[in-house]
Amino acid sequence: MRKILFSLFLFSSILWAQELVFSAEDNPNDDGTAILLKWNADALQPTTLRIIKYEENGDSTLVHLSTDTNGQYILGDGIVPQEPANFRLQLLDIDGNIIAQKEVQAVSKAQWFNTNKISLLIMAIILSAAIIYYIFSARSGKKLYIRKIAGLESIDESVGRATEMGRAILFIPGTLDLDNMQTISGLSILGKLAQKVAENDAKIMVPVCRSMVLSTAKEVVKEAYLKAGKPDAYDSDSVFYLTDDQFGFVAGVDGIIVREKPAANFFLGAFYAESLILAETGFASGAVQTAGTAMPSQLPFFVVACDYTLIGEELFAASAYLSKEPQQLGSLKGQDFGKAIFLIVLSVGVFLEIIGVHFLKNFLTIN
Amino acid sequence: MNRKLPLIITFLVGIIVIVSEFIPHYPFGLISSELENWFLIISGFAIILGQLSLFKVNILKIKYKKPNWPYSVITLASFIIMVGVGILWGTQDNSGLAGNGQHIVAVMGSKPFDYLFHNVYQHLQATMFSLLAFFIASAAYRAFIARTFESNLLLISAILVMLGNTSLGSFLTSWMPQTLNFLHLPKLAEFIMKYPTTAGQRAIMIGAGLGIIGSSLRIILGIERSYLGGK
Repeated sequence: MRKILFSLFLFSSILWAQELVFSAEDNPNDDGTAILLKWNADALQPTTLRIIKYEENGDSTLVHLSTDTNGQYILGDGIVPQEPANFRLQLLDIDGNIIAQKEVQAVSKAQWFNTNKISLLIMAIILSAAIIYYIFSARSGKKLYIRKIAGLESIDESVGRATEMGRAILFIPGTLDLDNMQTISGLSILGKLAQKVAENDAKIMVPVCRSMVLSTAKEVVKEAYLKAGKPDAYDSDSVFYLTDDQFGFVAGVDGIIVREKPAANFFLGAFYAESLILAETGFASGAVQTAGTAMPSQLPFFVVACDYTLIGEELFAASAYLSKEPQQLGSLKGQDFGKAIFLIVLSVGVFLEIIGVHFLKNFLTIN
Repeated sequence: MNRKLPLIITFLVGIIVIVSEFIPHYPFGLISSELENWFLIISGFAIILGQLSLFKVNILKIKYKKPNWPYSVITLASFIIMVGVGILWGTQDNSGLAGNGQHIVAVMGSKPFDYLFHNVYQHLQATMFSLLAFFIASAAYRAFIARTFESNLLLISAILVMLGNTSLGSFLTSWMPQTLNFLHLPKLAEFIMKYPTTAGQRAIMIGAGLGIIGSSLRIILGIERSYLGGK
Protein backbone atom coordinates (compact mmCIF):
# COMPACT_ATOMS: atom_id res chain seq x y z
CA MET A 1 0.00 0.00 0.00
CA ARG A 2 2.82 2.37 0.97
CA LYS A 3 4.59 1.62 -2.26
CA ILE A 4 1.46 2.41 -4.27
CA LEU A 5 0.89 5.70 -2.43
CA PHE A 6 4.55 6.70 -2.85
CA SER A 7 4.40 5.85 -6.57
CA LEU A 8 1.23 7.89 -6.96
CA PHE A 9 2.80 10.88 -5.14
CA LEU A 10 5.96 10.64 -7.23
CA PHE A 11 3.94 10.32 -10.44
CA SER A 12 1.77 13.34 -9.60
CA SER A 13 4.83 15.41 -8.62
CA ILE A 14 6.47 14.62 -11.95
CA LEU A 15 3.26 15.57 -13.77
CA TRP A 16 2.97 18.86 -11.84
CA ALA A 17 6.60 19.66 -12.39
CA GLN A 18 6.12 19.10 -16.09
CA GLU A 19 3.13 21.42 -16.08
CA LEU A 20 5.14 24.16 -14.43
CA VAL A 21 7.63 25.76 -16.80
CA PHE A 22 10.22 28.03 -15.26
CA SER A 23 13.49 29.12 -16.82
CA ALA A 24 16.22 31.64 -16.10
CA GLU A 25 18.68 32.73 -18.74
CA ASP A 26 21.09 35.53 -19.51
CA ASN A 27 19.28 38.63 -20.74
CA PRO A 28 20.66 39.20 -24.24
CA ASN A 29 22.41 42.33 -25.50
CA ASP A 30 23.40 43.80 -22.17
CA ASP A 31 26.42 44.17 -19.92
CA GLY A 32 25.70 40.95 -18.05
CA THR A 33 23.82 42.54 -15.18
CA ALA A 34 20.37 41.13 -15.92
CA ILE A 35 18.65 37.74 -15.97
CA LEU A 36 15.57 36.93 -17.99
CA LEU A 37 13.06 34.87 -16.01
CA LYS A 38 10.22 33.12 -17.87
CA TRP A 39 7.38 31.03 -16.49
CA ASN A 40 4.25 29.25 -17.61
CA ALA A 41 1.90 27.86 -14.97
CA ASP A 42 -1.34 27.99 -16.95
CA ALA A 43 -2.17 24.39 -16.18
CA LEU A 44 -1.95 24.86 -12.41
CA GLN A 45 -4.02 28.06 -12.19
CA PRO A 46 -2.29 29.60 -9.14
CA THR A 47 -3.59 32.83 -7.58
CA THR A 48 -0.15 34.35 -7.16
CA LEU A 49 3.37 33.59 -8.36
CA ARG A 50 6.41 34.44 -6.33
CA ILE A 51 10.01 34.45 -7.59
CA ILE A 52 12.70 34.29 -4.95
CA LYS A 53 16.44 34.68 -5.44
CA TYR A 54 18.28 32.52 -2.95
CA GLU A 55 21.87 31.99 -1.97
CA GLU A 56 23.65 28.78 -1.02
CA ASN A 57 23.95 30.05 2.58
CA GLY A 58 20.15 30.24 2.92
CA ASP A 59 19.67 33.99 2.35
CA SER A 60 16.79 34.78 0.06
CA THR A 61 15.09 37.85 -1.41
CA LEU A 62 11.76 38.24 -3.12
CA VAL A 63 12.43 39.58 -6.61
CA HIS A 64 9.03 39.47 -8.24
CA LEU A 65 5.38 38.95 -7.40
CA SER A 66 2.84 38.39 -10.14
CA THR A 67 -0.68 37.19 -10.84
CA ASP A 68 0.18 36.51 -14.46
CA THR A 69 0.41 32.74 -14.96
CA ASN A 70 2.37 33.06 -18.18
CA GLY A 71 4.95 35.78 -18.37
CA GLN A 72 8.48 36.97 -18.09
CA TYR A 73 10.50 39.36 -15.96
CA ILE A 74 13.93 40.93 -16.43
CA LEU A 75 15.79 41.08 -13.15
CA GLY A 76 18.38 43.84 -13.27
CA ASP A 77 19.24 44.23 -9.60
CA GLY A 78 21.99 42.37 -7.78
CA ILE A 79 23.14 40.34 -10.76
CA VAL A 80 26.89 39.98 -11.16
CA PRO A 81 28.25 38.84 -14.55
CA GLN A 82 29.67 35.29 -14.63
CA GLU A 83 28.33 34.46 -11.17
CA PRO A 84 25.58 31.82 -10.87
CA ALA A 85 22.27 33.03 -9.48
CA ASN A 86 19.60 30.70 -8.05
CA PHE A 87 15.88 31.32 -8.42
CA ARG A 88 12.83 29.62 -6.99
CA LEU A 89 9.35 30.03 -8.45
CA GLN A 90 6.55 29.36 -5.99
CA LEU A 91 2.90 29.07 -6.99
CA LEU A 92 0.45 30.10 -4.30
CA ASP A 93 -3.24 29.36 -3.96
CA ILE A 94 -5.85 31.81 -2.68
CA ASP A 95 -4.91 31.06 0.96
CA GLY A 96 -1.21 31.64 0.30
CA ASN A 97 -0.27 27.97 0.42
CA ILE A 98 2.48 26.78 -1.88
CA ILE A 99 0.96 24.44 -4.45
CA ALA A 100 4.09 23.93 -6.53
CA GLN A 101 7.58 25.25 -6.85
CA LYS A 102 10.58 24.96 -9.12
CA GLU A 103 14.21 26.00 -8.84
CA VAL A 104 16.57 27.04 -11.59
CA GLN A 105 20.05 28.47 -11.89
CA ALA A 106 21.44 30.94 -14.41
CA VAL A 107 24.72 32.63 -15.19
CA SER A 108 24.67 36.05 -16.83
CA LYS A 109 27.37 37.28 -19.17
CA ALA A 110 28.14 40.51 -20.98
CA GLN A 111 27.85 40.67 -24.76
CA TRP A 112 30.36 42.31 -27.07
CA PHE A 113 27.77 43.43 -29.58
CA ASN A 114 24.16 44.50 -29.21
CA THR A 115 22.45 42.60 -32.01
CA ASN A 116 19.29 44.69 -31.55
CA LYS A 117 21.16 47.64 -33.00
CA ILE A 118 22.45 45.96 -36.14
CA SER A 119 20.10 48.00 -38.36
CA LEU A 120 21.30 51.18 -36.66
CA LEU A 121 24.91 50.17 -37.28
CA ILE A 122 24.25 49.48 -40.96
CA MET A 123 22.48 52.81 -41.43
CA ALA A 124 25.22 54.65 -39.52
CA ILE A 125 27.93 53.03 -41.66
CA ILE A 126 26.13 53.85 -44.93
CA LEU A 127 25.48 57.46 -43.90
CA SER A 128 28.97 58.02 -42.52
CA ALA A 129 30.54 56.48 -45.61
CA ALA A 130 28.42 58.72 -47.86
CA ILE A 131 29.29 61.85 -45.91
CA ILE A 132 33.01 60.99 -45.79
CA TYR A 133 32.99 60.12 -49.52
CA TYR A 134 31.48 63.49 -50.43
CA ILE A 135 33.90 65.32 -48.10
CA PHE A 136 36.88 63.77 -49.90
CA SER A 137 35.18 64.22 -53.24
CA ALA A 138 34.78 67.95 -52.52
CA ARG A 139 38.36 68.13 -51.29
CA SER A 140 39.57 66.76 -54.62
CA GLY A 141 37.99 69.74 -56.34
CA LYS A 142 34.63 68.39 -57.51
CA LYS A 143 32.03 71.16 -57.86
CA LEU A 144 29.03 70.69 -55.58
CA TYR A 145 25.73 72.49 -55.87
CA ILE A 146 24.25 73.62 -52.55
CA ARG A 147 20.90 75.41 -52.63
CA LYS A 148 20.66 78.89 -51.16
CA ILE A 149 19.41 79.17 -47.58
CA ALA A 150 17.64 82.52 -47.25
CA GLY A 151 18.00 82.64 -43.48
CA LEU A 152 21.77 82.49 -43.73
CA GLU A 153 21.97 84.94 -46.62
CA SER A 154 20.22 87.38 -44.29
CA ILE A 155 23.19 87.62 -41.93
CA ASP A 156 24.87 90.31 -44.06
CA GLU A 157 21.60 92.22 -44.30
CA SER A 158 21.10 92.07 -40.53
CA VAL A 159 24.64 93.18 -39.72
CA GLY A 160 24.38 95.99 -42.29
CA ARG A 161 21.09 97.14 -40.78
CA ALA A 162 22.52 97.10 -37.27
CA THR A 163 25.56 99.09 -38.39
CA GLU A 164 23.45 101.71 -40.15
CA MET A 165 21.04 102.08 -37.25
CA GLY A 166 23.81 102.10 -34.64
CA ARG A 167 22.01 99.42 -32.68
CA ALA A 168 23.13 96.06 -31.40
CA ILE A 169 22.52 92.53 -32.69
CA LEU A 170 20.98 90.09 -30.24
CA PHE A 171 22.00 86.44 -30.45
CA ILE A 172 20.42 83.65 -28.38
CA PRO A 173 22.06 80.20 -28.73
CA GLY A 174 18.99 78.38 -27.42
CA THR A 175 18.11 77.47 -23.87
CA LEU A 176 19.75 74.07 -23.62
CA ASP A 177 23.27 73.19 -22.56
CA LEU A 178 26.39 72.33 -24.55
CA ASP A 179 25.49 68.64 -24.68
CA ASN A 180 22.81 69.51 -27.23
CA MET A 181 23.87 69.58 -30.87
CA GLN A 182 21.56 72.51 -31.63
CA THR A 183 23.42 74.66 -29.12
CA ILE A 184 26.74 73.74 -30.73
CA SER A 185 25.35 74.60 -34.17
CA GLY A 186 24.07 77.90 -32.80
CA LEU A 187 27.52 78.69 -31.42
CA SER A 188 29.12 77.81 -34.76
CA ILE A 189 26.89 80.38 -36.46
CA LEU A 190 27.67 82.86 -33.67
CA GLY A 191 31.34 82.68 -34.63
CA LYS A 192 30.64 83.66 -38.24
CA LEU A 193 28.15 86.34 -37.21
CA ALA A 194 30.46 87.86 -34.59
CA GLN A 195 33.23 88.09 -37.20
CA LYS A 196 30.96 90.06 -39.53
CA VAL A 197 29.89 92.23 -36.59
CA ALA A 198 33.51 92.94 -35.75
CA GLU A 199 34.37 93.75 -39.38
CA ASN A 200 31.47 96.24 -39.52
CA ASP A 201 32.17 97.79 -36.10
CA ALA A 202 28.69 96.85 -34.97
CA LYS A 203 27.74 95.62 -31.51
CA ILE A 204 26.59 92.16 -30.45
CA MET A 205 24.82 91.01 -27.28
CA VAL A 206 24.74 87.34 -26.35
CA PRO A 207 22.69 86.58 -23.23
CA VAL A 208 22.94 82.90 -22.31
CA CYS A 209 21.11 80.72 -19.84
CA ARG A 210 23.76 78.03 -19.25
CA SER A 211 27.11 78.61 -17.63
CA MET A 212 28.92 76.15 -19.92
CA VAL A 213 27.49 77.94 -22.95
CA LEU A 214 28.69 81.23 -21.46
CA SER A 215 32.35 80.22 -21.40
CA THR A 216 32.17 78.68 -24.89
CA ALA A 217 30.29 81.63 -26.39
CA LYS A 218 32.84 84.04 -24.89
CA GLU A 219 35.68 82.11 -26.54
CA VAL A 220 33.84 81.96 -29.86
CA VAL A 221 33.13 85.72 -29.94
CA LYS A 222 36.66 86.58 -28.76
CA GLU A 223 38.20 84.41 -31.52
CA ALA A 224 35.88 86.00 -34.08
CA TYR A 225 37.10 89.49 -33.13
CA LEU A 226 40.68 88.25 -33.30
CA LYS A 227 40.09 86.83 -36.76
CA ALA A 228 38.53 90.08 -37.89
CA GLY A 229 41.72 91.80 -36.78
CA LYS A 230 39.97 93.82 -34.08
CA PRO A 231 40.80 92.17 -30.76
CA ASP A 232 40.57 95.51 -28.95
CA ALA A 233 36.97 95.94 -30.01
CA TYR A 234 35.95 92.78 -28.18
CA ASP A 235 33.84 93.51 -25.13
CA SER A 236 33.93 90.57 -22.71
CA ASP A 237 30.61 91.73 -21.23
CA SER A 238 28.85 91.36 -24.56
CA VAL A 239 28.39 87.67 -23.69
CA PHE A 240 26.68 87.40 -20.34
CA TYR A 241 24.76 84.98 -18.19
CA LEU A 242 21.18 85.71 -17.12
CA THR A 243 19.71 82.67 -15.40
CA ASP A 244 19.21 78.93 -15.85
CA ASP A 245 15.49 79.33 -15.31
CA GLN A 246 13.45 79.09 -18.52
CA PHE A 247 10.98 81.91 -17.91
CA GLY A 248 13.43 83.98 -15.91
CA PHE A 249 15.64 83.92 -18.99
CA VAL A 250 12.70 84.91 -21.20
CA ALA A 251 11.92 87.83 -18.90
CA GLY A 252 15.54 88.96 -19.04
CA VAL A 253 15.80 88.71 -22.83
CA ASP A 254 12.42 90.38 -23.36
CA GLY A 255 13.59 93.21 -21.14
CA ILE A 256 16.72 93.61 -23.26
CA ILE A 257 14.68 93.59 -26.49
CA VAL A 258 12.24 96.20 -25.17
CA ARG A 259 14.89 98.48 -23.66
CA GLU A 260 17.79 98.16 -26.13
CA LYS A 261 15.68 97.62 -29.27
CA PRO A 262 18.27 95.54 -31.18
CA ALA A 263 18.31 95.97 -34.96
CA ALA A 264 18.41 92.23 -35.54
CA ASN A 265 17.60 89.20 -33.42
CA PHE A 266 18.99 85.72 -33.94
CA PHE A 267 17.39 82.79 -32.13
CA LEU A 268 19.47 79.80 -33.16
CA GLY A 269 19.47 76.67 -31.02
CA ALA A 270 17.06 74.58 -28.98
CA PHE A 271 13.94 76.31 -27.73
CA TYR A 272 10.79 75.26 -25.92
CA ALA A 273 7.76 77.33 -24.90
CA GLU A 274 9.86 80.47 -24.75
CA SER A 275 10.25 80.55 -28.55
CA LEU A 276 7.07 82.51 -29.28
CA ILE A 277 7.45 84.88 -26.32
CA LEU A 278 10.92 85.84 -27.54
CA ALA A 279 10.01 86.00 -31.23
CA GLU A 280 6.82 88.02 -30.72
CA THR A 281 8.56 90.53 -28.46
CA GLY A 282 11.26 90.85 -31.13
CA PHE A 283 8.62 91.30 -33.82
CA ALA A 284 6.93 94.04 -31.80
CA SER A 285 10.29 95.84 -31.44
CA GLY A 286 10.65 95.92 -35.23
CA ALA A 287 13.87 93.92 -35.46
CA VAL A 288 14.86 91.74 -38.41
CA GLN A 289 14.57 88.26 -36.99
CA THR A 290 16.27 85.02 -37.96
CA ALA A 291 15.42 81.86 -36.06
CA GLY A 292 16.47 78.26 -36.37
CA THR A 293 15.70 75.17 -34.39
CA ALA A 294 15.20 71.45 -34.77
CA MET A 295 12.30 71.39 -32.31
CA PRO A 296 9.34 70.57 -34.58
CA SER A 297 6.76 71.92 -32.14
CA GLN A 298 8.44 75.34 -31.96
CA LEU A 299 9.05 75.82 -35.67
CA PRO A 300 5.54 77.10 -36.49
CA PHE A 301 5.95 79.86 -33.91
CA PHE A 302 9.25 80.96 -35.42
CA VAL A 303 7.88 80.77 -38.97
CA VAL A 304 5.04 83.10 -38.00
CA ALA A 305 7.00 85.61 -35.94
CA CYS A 306 10.39 85.74 -37.69
CA ASP A 307 11.53 87.00 -41.07
CA TYR A 308 13.73 83.98 -41.75
CA THR A 309 13.58 80.51 -40.26
CA LEU A 310 16.13 77.72 -40.49
CA ILE A 311 14.11 74.53 -40.37
CA GLY A 312 15.68 71.49 -38.71
CA GLU A 313 18.61 70.38 -40.83
CA GLU A 314 19.27 73.93 -42.11
CA LEU A 315 20.40 74.88 -38.61
CA PHE A 316 23.00 72.11 -38.65
CA ALA A 317 24.02 72.97 -42.20
CA ALA A 318 24.51 76.64 -41.37
CA SER A 319 28.10 76.48 -40.22
CA ALA A 320 29.20 74.50 -43.28
CA TYR A 321 27.17 76.74 -45.56
CA LEU A 322 28.67 79.92 -44.14
CA SER A 323 32.24 78.60 -44.17
CA LYS A 324 32.03 77.91 -47.95
CA GLU A 325 34.79 75.34 -47.43
CA PRO A 326 34.48 72.54 -50.00
CA GLN A 327 34.99 69.73 -47.47
CA GLN A 328 32.29 71.12 -45.18
CA LEU A 329 29.91 71.57 -48.10
CA GLY A 330 30.71 68.01 -49.13
CA SER A 331 29.28 66.75 -45.87
CA LEU A 332 25.99 68.48 -46.72
CA LYS A 333 25.89 66.57 -49.98
CA GLY A 334 26.42 63.38 -47.99
CA GLN A 335 23.42 64.27 -45.85
CA ASP A 336 21.35 64.66 -49.01
CA PHE A 337 22.46 61.19 -50.07
CA GLY A 338 21.26 59.95 -46.66
CA LYS A 339 17.92 61.58 -47.30
CA ALA A 340 17.62 59.75 -50.60
CA ILE A 341 18.31 56.45 -48.81
CA PHE A 342 15.67 57.23 -46.20
CA LEU A 343 13.18 58.04 -48.93
CA ILE A 344 13.81 54.70 -50.64
CA VAL A 345 13.70 52.71 -47.37
CA LEU A 346 10.50 54.48 -46.29
CA SER A 347 8.80 53.89 -49.64
CA VAL A 348 9.80 50.21 -49.68
CA GLY A 349 8.73 49.90 -46.04
CA VAL A 350 5.30 51.41 -46.69
CA PHE A 351 4.81 49.09 -49.68
CA LEU A 352 5.88 45.99 -47.72
CA GLU A 353 3.62 46.88 -44.80
CA ILE A 354 0.66 47.33 -47.16
CA ILE A 355 1.17 43.88 -48.63
CA GLY A 356 1.59 42.41 -45.13
CA VAL A 357 5.34 41.77 -45.10
CA HIS A 358 6.75 43.05 -41.83
CA PHE A 359 10.38 42.05 -42.29
CA LEU A 360 11.72 45.57 -42.89
CA LYS A 361 9.78 47.11 -40.01
CA ASN A 362 10.96 44.40 -37.64
CA PHE A 363 14.53 44.74 -38.85
CA LEU A 364 14.57 48.50 -38.34
CA THR A 365 12.83 48.42 -34.97
CA ILE A 366 15.27 48.74 -32.06
CA ASN A 367 13.99 47.03 -28.92
CA MET B 1 49.13 72.25 -29.67
CA ASN B 2 46.49 74.53 -28.10
CA ARG B 3 44.27 73.77 -31.07
CA LYS B 4 45.32 70.17 -31.69
CA LEU B 5 44.74 68.83 -28.18
CA PRO B 6 40.99 69.66 -28.06
CA LEU B 7 40.63 68.19 -31.56
CA ILE B 8 42.34 64.94 -30.51
CA ILE B 9 40.19 64.71 -27.36
CA THR B 10 37.04 65.39 -29.42
CA PHE B 11 37.99 62.70 -31.94
CA LEU B 12 38.76 60.07 -29.31
CA VAL B 13 35.70 60.78 -27.16
CA GLY B 14 33.45 60.91 -30.23
CA ILE B 15 34.67 57.54 -31.50
CA ILE B 16 34.44 55.92 -28.05
CA VAL B 17 30.87 57.15 -27.53
CA ILE B 18 29.80 55.86 -30.97
CA VAL B 19 31.43 52.48 -30.37
CA SER B 20 29.92 52.21 -26.87
CA GLU B 21 26.45 52.54 -28.39
CA PHE B 22 26.90 49.08 -29.94
CA ILE B 23 28.99 47.35 -27.26
CA PRO B 24 27.22 46.70 -23.97
CA HIS B 25 30.25 44.90 -22.46
CA TYR B 26 32.15 46.53 -19.62
CA PRO B 27 33.68 49.18 -19.74
CA PHE B 28 31.98 50.43 -22.94
CA GLY B 29 28.46 50.09 -21.55
CA LEU B 30 29.24 52.56 -18.77
CA ILE B 31 31.04 55.15 -20.86
CA SER B 32 27.99 57.23 -21.82
CA SER B 33 26.71 57.51 -18.26
CA GLU B 34 30.22 58.20 -16.96
CA LEU B 35 30.69 60.99 -19.48
CA GLU B 36 27.31 62.43 -18.49
CA ASN B 37 28.53 62.47 -14.90
CA TRP B 38 31.70 64.27 -15.96
CA PHE B 39 29.57 66.80 -17.81
CA LEU B 40 27.46 67.40 -14.68
CA ILE B 41 30.58 67.89 -12.56
CA ILE B 42 32.02 70.40 -15.03
CA SER B 43 28.63 72.18 -15.25
CA GLY B 44 28.63 72.45 -11.46
CA PHE B 45 31.90 74.35 -11.56
CA ALA B 46 30.75 76.40 -14.54
CA ILE B 47 27.77 77.71 -12.54
CA ILE B 48 30.26 79.82 -10.57
CA LEU B 49 31.37 81.40 -13.85
CA GLY B 50 27.75 82.23 -14.66
CA GLN B 51 27.17 83.83 -11.30
CA LEU B 52 30.38 85.82 -11.56
CA SER B 53 29.27 87.05 -14.98
CA LEU B 54 25.87 88.04 -13.57
CA PHE B 55 27.51 90.01 -10.76
CA LYS B 56 30.11 91.66 -12.96
CA VAL B 57 27.66 92.86 -15.62
CA ASN B 58 25.17 94.22 -13.07
CA ILE B 59 27.74 95.80 -10.74
CA LEU B 60 29.29 97.64 -13.70
CA LYS B 61 25.86 98.92 -14.71
CA ILE B 62 25.26 100.23 -11.21
CA LYS B 63 28.76 101.65 -10.87
CA TYR B 64 28.61 103.67 -14.09
CA LYS B 65 24.90 104.48 -13.67
CA LYS B 66 24.15 103.04 -17.11
CA PRO B 67 20.58 103.38 -18.45
CA ASN B 68 18.07 101.30 -16.44
CA TRP B 69 20.64 100.60 -13.72
CA PRO B 70 17.96 100.28 -10.99
CA TYR B 71 16.92 96.96 -12.58
CA SER B 72 20.41 95.68 -11.85
CA VAL B 73 20.00 96.61 -8.20
CA ILE B 74 16.79 94.56 -8.07
CA THR B 75 18.49 91.62 -9.83
CA LEU B 76 21.41 91.56 -7.42
CA ALA B 77 19.23 92.14 -4.36
CA SER B 78 16.93 89.26 -5.38
CA PHE B 79 19.91 87.00 -5.97
CA ILE B 80 21.55 87.85 -2.64
CA ILE B 81 18.30 87.51 -0.67
CA MET B 82 17.44 84.09 -2.15
CA VAL B 83 20.96 82.72 -1.69
CA GLY B 84 21.21 84.30 1.78
CA VAL B 85 17.95 82.89 3.20
CA GLY B 86 18.73 79.54 1.58
CA ILE B 87 22.12 79.35 3.27
CA LEU B 88 20.88 80.61 6.64
CA TRP B 89 17.67 78.62 7.11
CA GLY B 90 17.81 76.06 4.34
CA THR B 91 14.88 74.73 2.35
CA GLN B 92 11.86 72.58 3.17
CA ASP B 93 13.83 69.37 3.64
CA ASN B 94 17.27 70.75 4.54
CA SER B 95 18.36 72.89 7.43
CA GLY B 96 20.68 75.86 6.94
CA LEU B 97 23.61 77.29 8.85
CA ALA B 98 21.27 79.01 11.33
CA GLY B 99 19.14 75.92 11.82
CA ASN B 100 15.53 75.56 10.71
CA GLY B 101 14.39 79.05 11.75
CA GLN B 102 11.36 77.90 13.77
CA HIS B 103 10.52 81.48 14.86
CA ILE B 104 10.41 82.67 11.27
CA VAL B 105 8.43 79.61 10.19
CA ALA B 106 5.90 80.38 12.96
CA VAL B 107 5.36 83.85 11.49
CA MET B 108 5.62 83.16 7.75
CA GLY B 109 4.17 79.67 7.67
CA SER B 110 7.20 78.21 5.91
CA LYS B 111 10.93 78.75 5.64
CA PRO B 112 11.88 82.09 4.02
CA PHE B 113 13.37 80.39 0.96
CA ASP B 114 10.24 78.30 0.39
CA TYR B 115 8.02 81.29 1.14
CA LEU B 116 9.74 83.40 -1.51
CA PHE B 117 9.82 80.47 -3.92
CA HIS B 118 6.08 79.76 -3.65
CA ASN B 119 4.82 83.32 -3.28
CA VAL B 120 7.12 85.31 -5.53
CA TYR B 121 9.14 83.14 -7.89
CA GLN B 122 6.37 80.77 -8.96
CA HIS B 123 3.97 83.64 -9.62
CA LEU B 124 6.51 85.49 -11.70
CA GLN B 125 7.16 82.33 -13.66
CA ALA B 126 3.43 81.75 -14.21
CA THR B 127 3.06 85.37 -15.34
CA MET B 128 5.72 84.95 -18.01
CA PHE B 129 4.24 81.66 -19.15
CA SER B 130 0.74 83.11 -19.35
CA LEU B 131 1.98 85.76 -21.79
CA LEU B 132 2.22 82.92 -24.26
CA ALA B 133 -1.57 82.85 -24.64
CA PHE B 134 -1.63 86.47 -25.84
CA PHE B 135 1.36 85.99 -28.10
CA ILE B 136 -0.25 82.92 -29.66
CA ALA B 137 -3.34 85.02 -30.40
CA SER B 138 -1.35 87.81 -32.05
CA ALA B 139 0.84 85.40 -34.00
CA ALA B 140 -2.16 83.36 -35.11
CA TYR B 141 -3.89 86.52 -36.30
CA ARG B 142 -0.97 87.32 -38.58
CA ALA B 143 -0.55 83.74 -39.75
CA PHE B 144 -4.22 83.32 -40.62
CA ILE B 145 -4.53 86.38 -42.82
CA ALA B 146 -5.55 84.87 -46.15
CA ARG B 147 -3.08 86.17 -48.70
CA THR B 148 -1.69 83.19 -50.54
CA PHE B 149 -2.81 79.65 -51.28
CA GLU B 150 -0.64 78.34 -48.44
CA SER B 151 -2.03 80.78 -45.88
CA ASN B 152 -5.57 79.88 -47.00
CA LEU B 153 -4.73 76.23 -46.48
CA LEU B 154 -3.32 77.01 -43.04
CA LEU B 155 -6.41 79.03 -42.14
CA ILE B 156 -8.80 76.25 -43.16
CA SER B 157 -6.79 73.56 -41.35
CA ALA B 158 -6.56 75.70 -38.22
CA ILE B 159 -10.31 76.36 -38.18
CA LEU B 160 -11.04 72.65 -38.64
CA VAL B 161 -8.65 71.64 -35.85
CA MET B 162 -9.86 74.33 -33.46
CA LEU B 163 -13.52 73.58 -34.08
CA GLY B 164 -12.91 69.85 -33.97
CA ASN B 165 -11.52 70.16 -30.48
CA THR B 166 -14.57 71.96 -29.12
CA SER B 167 -18.07 70.74 -28.31
CA LEU B 168 -19.38 73.24 -30.87
CA GLY B 169 -17.52 71.41 -33.64
CA SER B 170 -19.03 68.15 -32.55
CA PHE B 171 -22.49 69.74 -32.43
CA LEU B 172 -22.18 71.36 -35.87
CA THR B 173 -21.63 68.06 -37.65
CA SER B 174 -23.72 65.83 -35.39
CA TRP B 175 -26.52 65.71 -37.99
CA MET B 176 -24.31 63.96 -40.53
CA PRO B 177 -25.20 60.36 -41.36
CA GLN B 178 -22.94 57.51 -40.24
CA THR B 179 -21.70 56.98 -43.81
CA LEU B 180 -20.16 60.48 -43.72
CA ASN B 181 -18.58 59.90 -40.34
CA PHE B 182 -15.15 60.87 -41.72
CA LEU B 183 -16.45 64.42 -42.26
CA HIS B 184 -17.41 64.75 -38.62
CA LEU B 185 -15.34 67.73 -37.36
CA PRO B 186 -13.64 65.94 -34.42
CA LYS B 187 -12.70 63.13 -36.86
CA LEU B 188 -11.32 65.66 -39.37
CA ALA B 189 -9.33 67.40 -36.63
CA GLU B 190 -7.94 64.07 -35.48
CA PHE B 191 -7.04 63.16 -39.06
CA ILE B 192 -5.18 66.44 -39.63
CA MET B 193 -3.24 66.10 -36.38
CA LYS B 194 -2.52 62.40 -36.82
CA TYR B 195 -1.43 62.23 -40.46
CA PRO B 196 -0.37 65.45 -42.28
CA THR B 197 0.96 67.11 -39.10
CA THR B 198 2.79 64.04 -37.86
CA ALA B 199 4.18 63.35 -41.33
CA GLY B 200 5.52 66.91 -41.56
CA GLN B 201 7.03 66.75 -38.08
CA ARG B 202 8.68 63.41 -38.80
CA ALA B 203 10.13 64.74 -42.04
CA ILE B 204 11.68 67.61 -40.06
CA MET B 205 12.96 65.17 -37.45
CA ILE B 206 14.54 62.89 -40.05
CA GLY B 207 16.23 65.91 -41.65
CA ALA B 208 17.39 67.12 -38.23
CA GLY B 209 18.67 63.63 -37.40
CA LEU B 210 20.73 63.57 -40.58
CA GLY B 211 21.93 67.07 -39.81
CA ILE B 212 23.07 65.96 -36.36
CA ILE B 213 24.95 63.00 -37.87
CA GLY B 214 26.60 65.27 -40.44
CA SER B 215 27.54 67.92 -37.87
CA SER B 216 28.82 65.28 -35.44
CA LEU B 217 31.02 63.73 -38.11
CA ARG B 218 32.39 67.13 -39.10
CA ILE B 219 33.22 67.85 -35.46
CA ILE B 220 34.67 64.38 -34.73
CA LEU B 221 36.84 64.49 -37.86
CA GLY B 222 38.00 68.00 -37.00
CA ILE B 223 36.61 69.52 -40.19
CA GLU B 224 34.30 71.82 -38.29
CA ARG B 225 36.17 73.81 -35.65
CA SER B 226 34.06 76.91 -35.26
CA TYR B 227 32.76 75.73 -31.86
CA LEU B 228 36.35 76.11 -30.65
CA GLY B 229 36.44 79.62 -32.00
CA GLY B 230 38.58 78.51 -34.96
CA LYS B 231 37.79 78.30 -38.65
